[in-house]
Amino acid sequence: MSTPTLELRGVRKVYPGGVEALRGIDLRIDRGELTAIVGPSGSGKTTLLHVMSTLDRPSAGTVMVDGEDASALSEERLAGLRSRRIGFVFQQFFLIDGISAVENVATGLLYHGIPSGERIARATEALDHVGLGHRLDHVPAKLSGGERQRVAIARAIVGRPAIVFADEPTGNLDSRVGTEVMGLLRTLNREGTTMCVITHDRDLADSLPRRVQVRDGQIVGDRRS
Amino acid sequence: MTPTPTSRLLPRDLLRLGALGLRTRRMRAALSVLGIAIGIAALVAVVGISESSRSDLLNQLDSLGTNLLSVAPGQSFAGGEATLPDTARPMIGRITPVREVSEVANLDTTVRRTDYVDENETGGIQVTAVEPGLLETVSGTVAAGTFITPANGAFESVVLGSVAAERLGITDVGTRVYIGNRWFTVVGILEELPLAGDLDRSALVGFPAATRHFGFGERPDTSKIYLRTDPGQVNQVRDVLAATANPDDPSSVDVSRPSDVLEARAAADDALTALFLGLGLVALLVGGIGVANVMVIAVLERRQEIGLRRALGATTRHVGGQFLTESLIMAGLGGLLGVVLGIGVSVAYAAVSGSGILIPAYAPLGGLVAAIGIGAVAGLYPALRAARLSPTDALRGA
Ligand SMILES: Nc1ncnc2c1ncn2[C@@H]1O[C@H](COP(=O)(O)OP(=O)(O)OP(=O)(O)O)[C@@H](O)[C@H]1O
Ligand SMILES: [Mg+2]
Repeated sequence: MSTPTLELRGVRKVYPGGVEALRGIDLRIDRGELTAIVGPSGSGKTTLLHVMSTLDRPSAGTVMVDGEDASALSEERLAGLRSRRIGFVFQQFFLIDGISAVENVATGLLYHGIPSGERIARATEALDHVGLGHRLDHVPAKLSGGERQRVAIARAIVGRPAIVFADEPTGNLDSRVGTEVMGLLRTLNREGTTMCVITHDRDLADSLPRRVQVRDGQIVGDRRS
Repeated sequence: MTPTPTSRLLPRDLLRLGALGLRTRRMRAALSVLGIAIGIAALVAVVGISESSRSDLLNQLDSLGTNLLSVAPGQSFAGGEATLPDTARPMIGRITPVREVSEVANLDTTVRRTDYVDENETGGIQVTAVEPGLLETVSGTVAAGTFITPANGAFESVVLGSVAAERLGITDVGTRVYIGNRWFTVVGILEELPLAGDLDRSALVGFPAATRHFGFGERPDTSKIYLRTDPGQVNQVRDVLAATANPDDPSSVDVSRPSDVLEARAAADDALTALFLGLGLVALLVGGIGVANVMVIAVLERRQEIGLRRALGATTRHVGGQFLTESLIMAGLGGLLGVVLGIGVSVAYAAVSGSGILIPAYAPLGGLVAAIGIGAVAGLYPALRAARLSPTDALRGA
């Protein structure tokens, strides 16, 4: 069997103050999967995302990304792991004001230490790929919500990460635009990107090939269709 | 499986990131830059202006020489006004390192534009008998005409000091003035005499004429003796002058070195320079606090950007470095602008005051270093705060 792209074993997270947000999560995501993590508000989805994506360390248990044990890595190496292996898409887009769409996408390669010319070339390709080749030089303020999220998606995939995490990617979009953005994520997944979408929206989750249900910090269901 | 490479940020990109933060907040950045610039400009201009005028003064001293001494009668032991004995001049001339000696004698008479002017309206102008060699001894120059010579000194010829000429309203040689009860012809007008300010306010006549018309048959009493010594032996000569001039009562002799006054003026500027340097430092401190303030606000406002960059693979050092660079660029720009402004002010001052320009290299260099140092100090705390921000808190705190 090949190396899982992501593997969590016995992951717990206790916040300072005593809230136990994750209580023993075992989860394995393989290459090429498109997984929804679904659960009601407060169930621990965002906490799980932070731990899976190495932005936060678990209180107990192990997180393996692409075969590498994140808990054994220094902060420096974790940063390297995030820059190469993990892509992020946020509900609020988090684009940087004052620089163009293509420069925002190129920021996804900034911490790879490659020269700016190469970054821009690859960012241009990525923007083309998400259908925004005609918006390269627009600043975020001049883009629609859907366009902004496409720029953010291009930024997440420009470094060809092992896995892309999207936390409520359609949460700030109206339903038509949200559907388009989900369509784009599905297309990218078909082209080979492993993807994990966090959502509280059951309908959206039901439209994806794998659904992991979270409640009170535990996995209560894991179904594939 | 090969281990994942670490994150890297090219130095060029770090600079670009620092500049980006300023580009998107221009007004605020510009104000902070201006604060630093004013402080640095004040420092550079103060140093430039005071060094320029000091070097002017020292150049002047150089050309005037510091080996001129003067001897005058002071207070006698009994308390009355002392006089110098007639032997003073020849005795001083016999001191080996003394090169030139020249004496002057103030005459008890007045100079007037015409005989209609009241005799008591002297205008503060002293009539003084001088020797032909005096001008060279005190490093003076004539603005017009000639000085007293052995030839014209025997007749009714007068040379006016710069202030005397101005007070009498005389600009041309050949004019006549009334001295005592006799017409004298102005044969020369002097430039200012920095080493013998008394003579600026004097009308100078030759000793032969003075003796004939105002000395009642005797040579008038000596009022002051000017002498030049070997430059290396000024102090030795100075030490023996009083006893040489008046062996009976050395304490009644005033000995002075006119160039000391000019040197004191150059030194007095140091105190003023220190004051203005202090003010410049205060301006700089205020500018530095401005930069620190802008940076603290930037870190608060850009939490999400910080969280995003950490998610994209930035290390704590990359994030801290970005904010520190921003602060350094702001302060550096302020420093550059301040140096340019400060040099501009110094040059303008020199042009207006007619002095030379001398801006020592330490002023602009020190200004830049100070600005960058301030930027580092001001940026350190905000940069540390940015670096320490946990990425999950930064991303959640929407
Ligand atoms: N920094 C924190 N410190 C303490 N408790 C926290 C912290 N962050 C989250 N929690 C708690 O942990 C639990 C899980 O929160 P989390 O944000 O992961 O839920 P979620 O499923 O993402 O919710 P939502 O759908 O509302 O975003 C909640 O009870 C929350 O109050
Ligand atoms: Mg959440």
